[in-house]
Amino acid sequence: MSNQEWPLWEIFIRSKAGLDHKHVGSLHAADSTMAIEMARDVYTRRMEGISIWAVESTNIHASNPDDASIFYEPSNDKIYRHPTFYDLPDEITHM
Amino acid sequence: MNNSLIEYIMHLADNSLIHGHRLSEWSGHGPILEVDIALSNIALDNIGAARSLYEYAAEIEGNGKTEDTYPYFRDVRQFKNSLLVELPNGNFADTMAKCFIFDAYQFYFYTALKNSTDERLAAIAEKSLKEVTYHLRFSSEWVVRLGDGTDESKQKMQNAIAEHWEYAGELFAPSNIELAMMEQGIAPNIATLKNAWQQKMAETIEEATLSFPLSNEKGWFQSGGKKGIHTEYLGFILSDLQYMQKTYPNSEW
Repeated sequence: MSNQEWPLWEIFIRSKAGLDHKHVGSLHAADSTMAIEMARDVYTRRMEGISIWAVESTNIHASNPDDASIFYEPSNDKIYRHPTFYDLPDEITHM
Repeated sequence: MNNSLIEYIMHLADNSLIHGHRLSEWSGHGPILEVDIALSNIALDNIGAARSLYEYAAEIEGNGKTEDTYPYFRDVRQFKNSLLVELPNGNFADTMAKCFIFDAYQFYFYTALKNSTDERLAAIAEKSLKEVTYHLRFSSEWVVRLGDGTDESKQKMQNAIAEHWEYAGELFAPSNIELAMMEQGIAPNIATLKNAWQQKMAETIEEATLSFPLSNEKGWFQSGGKKGIHTEYLGFILSDLQYMQKTYPNSEW
């Protein structure tokens, strides 16, 4: 018997029409069909969703935590990038 | 008329209950976590279908009967499930072979029962069919994965199908109760479902690169469950299932 493990899959669920798929967790499966069916059994048994995406974890490329200071900190003092400096006309609501 | 109907409902409900109970034995023992959860889901689908049916029988019978009366207060001979579903789980291939044979039967059965003249049964069939369609997909995929897998898994799947094959015939052999219900349009003619079922079996078994069991096609099959004549296994299932009610009669929680 081989000890080769099944690949890891990241599971994304859309909870209802119009919303986006959200990462809910991961699981091991032999292929994409099995991954989606297992995701159905593990992550949608309490009516959590209406659509499933399965992405093999090796296909996800992540930023390096060590890059946090050069990636994100420079934007801390650039508050003008938020669209909060406009005078809104009174007749515009729900903004 | 009502007695036959209740008896017929018992047969359907017992099939689902005992199959569900057997699958629930996998909880905590599945080959991997995800399959463990899948088997528990399928167990609950079956037990849920059994509940709807027992509840219907209790309404017809009255006399203070409830959905709990039938599973907890009947003895072996009063259970009318087919022998197939009471067989032990064996290894994972055995369980998948048993599920595959039974799920395919239930798929064609519920499809036909949707046209029952009994509206309540037709409604239960409609709801159950969605669940069973998934059960069948799950079990047939495992038949293919194990059959078309390693030498060891192929051998186990081939053995599993061969061992369960002789219990399939009973599913399609109408009992007197079923014949009576057929006449009233309440029950579908299960004998006519066998061709479609056999074709599904053949297609999947071929896809799984297994050989179709030919030895039992001559016609003989194990039977008795529908008449209450069971294997030794049902008694053990019931002693487990009914333990609380037998030890603490009428306990509630």
